[in-house]
Amino acid sequence: MSEHSTYVPGSAAEKWLDERLPVARFAKEHLMDFPTPKNLNYWWTFGAILVMCLGVQIVTGIILAMHYTPNVAMAFDSVEHIRRNVNGGRIIQATHAVGASMFFAALYIHIFRGMFYGSYKAPREILWILGVIIFILTMATAFMGYVLPWGQMSFWGATVITNIFSAIPIVGESVLQLLRGGFAVGNPTLNRFFSLHYLLPFVIAAVVALHIWALHVPGNNNPTGVDVKSSRDTLPFHPYYTMKDLYGMVLFMIPFAWFIFFAPDILGHPDNYIQANSQVTPAHIVPEWYLLPFYTILRAIDFNVLFINSQLGGVIAMGLSMVALLVVPWLDTGRVRSGLFRPMFKWFYLLFVINFIGLTYLGAQPAEGIYTLLAKVCTAYYFIHFFVVLPVLSRIEKPLPLPTSISESVLGKAHA
Amino acid sequence: MATQAQHSTTRRDFLFVATGAVGAVGAAAVVWPLINQLNPDASTLALASIEFDLSAIEEGQSVTITWRGLPVFVRHRTPAEIEEAKAVPLSDLKDPQTDEERTKEGHEQWLIMVANCTHLGCVPTGESGDFDGWFCPCHGSHYDTAGRIRQGPAPKNLVVPPYEFISDTLVQIG
Repeated sequence: MSEHSTYVPGSAAEKWLDERLPVARFAKEHLMDFPTPKNLNYWWTFGAILVMCLGVQIVTGIILAMHYTPNVAMAFDSVEHIRRNVNGGRIIQATHAVGASMFFAALYIHIFRGMFYGSYKAPREILWILGVIIFILTMATAFMGYVLPWGQMSFWGATVITNIFSAIPIVGESVLQLLRGGFAVGNPTLNRFFSLHYLLPFVIAAVVALHIWALHVPGNNNPTGVDVKSSRDTLPFHPYYTMKDLYGMVLFMIPFAWFIFFAPDILGHPDNYIQANSQVTPAHIVPEWYLLPFYTILRAIDFNVLFINSQLGGVIAMGLSMVALLVVPWLDTGRVRSGLFRPMFKWFYLLFVINFIGLTYLGAQPAEGIYTLLAKVCTAYYFIHFFVVLPVLSRIEKPLPLPTSISESVLGKAHA
Repeated sequence: MATQAQHSTTRRDFLFVATGAVGAVGAAAVVWPLINQLNPDASTLALASIEFDLSAIEEGQSVTITWRGLPVFVRHRTPAEIEEAKAVPLSDLKDPQTDEERTKEGHEQWLIMVANCTHLGCVPTGESGDFDGWFCPCHGSHYDTAGRIRQGPAPKNLVVPPYEFISDTLVQIG
């Protein structure tokens, strides 16, 4: 799909440039004329929305770094300084903080869209794996960013998460000191997190470029999951999808703006407006909402398994929850991609989404009573979905008949 | 080329591998300082040992002090708490340690421990939990009156740092 070239240099200058650095050709082929299935729905606009989110975070982040001080004595006050004294700082800081949540909201929708429509299936495995890598990098970046305001949740979140590495047998304690630059989370930790928090978004941008490259080799999946068969199945990316994506972005900006202007702190935690104190732990440590499902999995393992102690067990389970995402193309081997034509998968998918929301809810609850039991049940089901339900379904399920082409699914048989 | 193919390894192969090996050692030697700079620096290590005066702590009272940037509990235990800790059979413990192993002989009333839960590092609250010792609110670990893990996700007892009594009321930690 990406081989044929539609670019014809319009002038001598364009021809001169095209023979030396064909950027105009590249833009025409990949940003304007790229053949895109004509039946993409609004779930497909979240890719473009995510690019916008990354842009918003990078621009606001660079500005915040001009006013922020990465030192344990001054970090907390410098964030308040940004919010109170810097011109427009209140809005810019709120945009960056709310932006992280909006980024993850779009990211989860994008991932769940891919899971429903089977976008990870051949020939898009690498595209999917790059996406999971972006997801992991984004979680790391968001976590380190949350440490920078140096509030109580920043400090104790950093303590709890870096402590994960102490679970590594034998070298754990040394690795922990290497990461923190001390015996506890302190000034060296804050400084290196600031450095890495500035670096990682650019690494993410590079992986996004690979992700889009991998997308442009096979082209987009689509709601029917049927391959593009002829030019009648596609439309040029510009203006059809540039406009649709822009409209999606505008709709997405409405809740985004509402949070920034009316409730900038509602997604945060009040404890983070208390300056970090290494002597006192908040009664209830909760990560930001977007990390909760994986936090639940981490702490659900509170029992020893053979020679693996409970702490290492939790870390392994959390790691495995990411590995499950990475290998899903080889777990769900059924040929039919789209959930629309998979009568059994459809319901298990719904159950998985509900279970995932359950994991999120449980991560915010105290680890006691019924919650610890539910956390174990939901964690178990997360893995059962990937390692039992998907492989079994792809063997026993009888898919519905597929439309012969995208065009037929849009226009009906008569026009196809 | 025909004669070369008969030899399994040539001088050139040897030089190629040898050069590569020297290059890899050189690259590792350059990378190590770039990683080692992340380790605790001299100013952090300089705070590794402190002295602390116990005389102001009443029986039944706990204080939290800072050592190496870590919070440390110093608890003056009551005789009842010591009895309770000593009465626990080792078979009930996840990380078996006697009360004697966690205190200094002749100073059993003093319990000195790093105040970070061995699960993920939160500071447990004192005189609470199901075993009258400490309770970690983060993930629900219960410790007894000797700071030993009794219930919950923590794998180990609260860590006793290296310390010694310089006199009856003065300890050196670290």
